[in-house]
Amino acid sequence: MHSIELFIDGLMKYNFLQTALITSILVGIMSGIIGSFIILRGMSLMGDAISHAVLPGVAVAYMLGINLLVGASIFGILAALLIGVVTMKSKLKNDTAIGIVFSAFFALGFILISLAESATNLHHILFGNVLAVSDSDLVTTAVVLAIILLFVVIFYKELLITSFDNTFAKAYGLKTQVLHYALMLMLTLVTVTALQTVGIILIVAMLITPAATAFLLTNRLSHMMVLAATFSVISSVIGLYFSFTFNWASGPAIVLTAAMFFLVTFIFSPKQGIIFKQKEN
Amino acid sequence: MINIRDMTVTYGGNPIFTNLSIQFEPGKITGIIGPNGAGKSTMIKAMLGLISKQTGEVTLDDKPVTKQLKRVAYVEQRAALDLSFPINVFDTVMTGTYPNLGLFRVPGAKENEAVTKALSDVKLSEFTKRQIGALSGGQLQRVFVARAIVQNADVIILDEPFVGIDMKSEVEIIAILKRWQAAGKTIIVVHHDLNKVTTYFDNLVIIKRGIVAAGPTADVFTKENIANAFSGDLSTILFADKESENA
Repeated sequence: MHSIELFIDGLMKYNFLQTALITSILVGIMSGIIGSFIILRGMSLMGDAISHAVLPGVAVAYMLGINLLVGASIFGILAALLIGVVTMKSKLKNDTAIGIVFSAFFALGFILISLAESATNLHHILFGNVLAVSDSDLVTTAVVLAIILLFVVIFYKELLITSFDNTFAKAYGLKTQVLHYALMLMLTLVTVTALQTVGIILIVAMLITPAATAFLLTNRLSHMMVLAATFSVISSVIGLYFSFTFNWASGPAIVLTAAMFFLVTFIFSPKQGIIFKQKEN
Repeated sequence: MINIRDMTVTYGGNPIFTNLSIQFEPGKITGIIGPNGAGKSTMIKAMLGLISKQTGEVTLDDKPVTKQLKRVAYVEQRAALDLSFPINVFDTVMTGTYPNLGLFRVPGAKENEAVTKALSDVKLSEFTKRQIGALSGGQLQRVFVARAIVQNADVIILDEPFVGIDMKSEVEIIAILKRWQAAGKTIIVVHHDLNKVTTYFDNLVIIKRGIVAAGPTADVFTKENIANAFSGDLSTILFADKESENA
């Protein structure tokens, strides 16, 4: 309990900790929302791929001194397009195309980063260092959250129907491909901001674990998004506390907390938990 | 009137059908039958632009159908859907309002009313809050028919709607088809069960990698045509009763 007092005390005193907390909360909200669509569309692997594929964009942005979001978005969308092209123009299955493209992008990014920056920075990019978030990073994160919220509110109908019944959406003339790439763009934006809290390697966990936990608890998409964001935020705050207290890397601390929530839900969920299912039988 | 002219679709270099031409009339329920792999679903999907065609054009009232897809309601085979999706019956039927709402508009009181009415039409009012995975096959099919009602389209296409459903659901769905027919809509049903063809359909199209026969059901549903599309044995069994009646 003493450590919790220290954490709260630290929050009062240190600006860096306040910034870290707010960033964690904002990133938690957006990854829960976008993550809900990612898992419902069966795109968990794609989420992992895009988050890894932004690495060269981050490196190039460092080198040229431009905004990380711009560099990352370009490479994220490029990866999504390439995956689409390889899938369509060959007989390879989608997951194979994803594997080829994202590993190549990640490898390229790794080399570019080592050319551009020191090894410590690479470690932070890969595993997150939320305690080092600057005020300007915080502003960027807030802007991204605003964009994500606007996107989901405006295109809620279209996101729902393309996730649920893509053929129906196509059959009434909806441009489902455009929406797919728009969602991929949102995913790259989330990736770049989540990179600060959990790092590139573990972003997929922030996208899918809280959303999967929420999925086990509700039968409505809107509730699922709210629950996913809530789990994500709580995991981020608790993870931040562990990170601050025990000097753990913030990414693994947050991701393990989220996984604990999933585990408990997986066992006890009234809708799909394993205990309840056994009773039913 | 739907008019398909000279449509060719290939899959992996092999033609599924070549230069297929057919019309579908308003105010008629048209059945499409044919053996497995005959190209029934392919024809429907190519017609709506869901898969690409090599040649041909498809018009609805003399304008390309792909420019007026909102006038068409397509009820896909149920098997194609993810039934674990977090959505209930009411919200599923509500998606039928999306085509006419278009971008940026959200469902309001009018749409709510239409959905409630459609659910009552298919006798599912008590299931509105149920998650779709918790329905029987027949109830689920009625949900998608309710969605087609809400779409308020001029052309309704159903792909194998009666597969694996209970008799009650089949009767309810047929009642809805008759209502659409009376309202002058064009109804196209891909069908697998040869037994009910004469009772369900005004017109019949028999397909086997192309059109075997098309026209009023009484003219098309003959021993010879069925033997051509399916097998001689099947047609002998199927028409044995009729021949003994005539004899």
